[in-house]
Amino acid sequence: MYPRDYLYSREHEWLRIEDDLCVLGITEFAQQELGEVVFVELPEIGQVFDTNDELGTIESVKAVAEVFTPVAGEVVEINDAVVDDPELLNEDPHGDGWLIKIRFSSADDLKSMMKAEEYEEFVQSGEA
Amino acid sequence: MSEGQSLKRTPLYDRHREAGAKIVDFAGWEMPVQYAGVIEEHRAVRTAAGLFDVSHMGEVRVRGAGAQAFLQRLTPNDVGKLVPGRAHYSGLLTDRATYVDDILIYRLAADDFLVVVNASNAGRDFEWIAAHAAGGEGGEVAGDVEVIDESDRYALLALQGPQALETLAPLVSRDVSGLKYYGFAEGAVAGVPALISRTGYTGEDGFELYLPPEDAPEVWRRLVEAGAVPAGLGARDTLRLEAAMALYGHEIDDTTTPFEAGLNWVVKLDKGEFLGRDALAAQKASGIPRKLVGFEVQGRGIARQGHPVVSEGGIVGAVTSGTWSPTFEKALGLAYVPPEMAAPGTPLAIEVRGKALPAVVVETPFYKRSR
Repeated sequence: MYPRDYLYSREHEWLRIEDDLCVLGITEFAQQELGEVVFVELPEIGQVFDTNDELGTIESVKAVAEVFTPVAGEVVEINDAVVDDPELLNEDPHGDGWLIKIRFSSADDLKSMMKAEEYEEFVQSGEA
Repeated sequence: MSEGQSLKRTPLYDRHREAGAKIVDFAGWEMPVQYAGVIEEHRAVRTAAGLFDVSHMGEVRVRGAGAQAFLQRLTPNDVGKLVPGRAHYSGLLTDRATYVDDILIYRLAADDFLVVVNASNAGRDFEWIAAHAAGGEGGEVAGDVEVIDESDRYALLALQGPQALETLAPLVSRDVSGLKYYGFAEGAVAGVPALISRTGYTGEDGFELYLPPEDAPEVWRRLVEAGAVPAGLGARDTLRLEAAMALYGHEIDDTTTPFEAGLNWVVKLDKGEFLGRDALAAQKASGIPRKLVGFEVQGRGIARQGHPVVSEGGIVGAVTSGTWSPTFEKALGLAYVPPEMAAPGTPLAIEVRGKALPAVVVETPFYKRSR
């Protein structure tokens, strides 16, 4: 369910590290909680965020969720496909439903994140 | 709700679990918010037939020789015109003409009525009705009136959609095709005695079935077997909003009057004295300070309950309900605005997370079924 080579946050974002970039998305658990996504709002390329800043919002029929970035850095790419076709987030949250790529400024931010097994335990514990 | 206080469950709870429903706390009840998905369930109701468990609704029996006179004085619609076998939409109003709740009144017999109320207000409504019948608060002289909380005596299923009739008909002991909108009759559904009512909260044709709780799971099973698609509270909300039907706690509450909510047709000022009548007569003379309107969002985003309507930097109104509409595939909603901003075509700005989202006032209901 949760890719082993990703890192996970308690706010249900995932990161996949590609050299000094990371790809960011929301988890399967998050998309299930939200239900059918109808709008995705993402930042502009070039915007700079601090750790835990809100970088966008995801709206489903029933709810709105803020997306936070677990890492500080600059947005270098956004996924236009998911903006045009928000269902991608429901269909493939860990793949085609990715949100942004960010050039992170410090690898220290990654230390507090969970590995897949820890995240699975976290969502199964009912604390999530 | 404090911890340790247990949530209530309807007789259909196990059916919902089996069907994979996502269960949420709604007004103290563990209710299914969705099964397959809100959009899919919504479309099933618009194109075929959906089945809702609304057993959390409350029922209050009002009967006795003085029952009609009592309900005439307690509610704004004209109970005198309600014949046995018919129901009507009405309200419980304070002396300021604001809502305690919106209700349905079924006339079972000349001196026998069933009042159906929202789950979130059921306890308060029963006490309100009972206190007025006792001649306490408000001082009505009720005469011979008995008020009984019968919420535990009924499970309630709503079968809604253009195929509701053909789904129900083979399972019913009598012909229900002749039932008029807001008419009802007794009959057996899948062998279970039921009050069968041609009412609903979706903007579609359909039926509401008042059933003995212990037999409701079997009726549910038979209706699903006949093709009805289980639908949750999520779809119920998007459907009623497209039909621009008011929901207590959103469009109406203890600060809003029927005139402000555009529910003028439930108010019969000329029927004689009733609770809230003076305030309504005064508001009719002075004009309403705000009006409920429908809007469509023109930008990207969804305006939801509580988002302010702004004009020239100031707050002039508020959204009462907003959603993404599965039928129209755009965001729409209802909002209170000053009367001068209520005409269809009027541009609105709605503040959503610090940004002004453009919207425009449109006619309601957004959705009207073809008959």
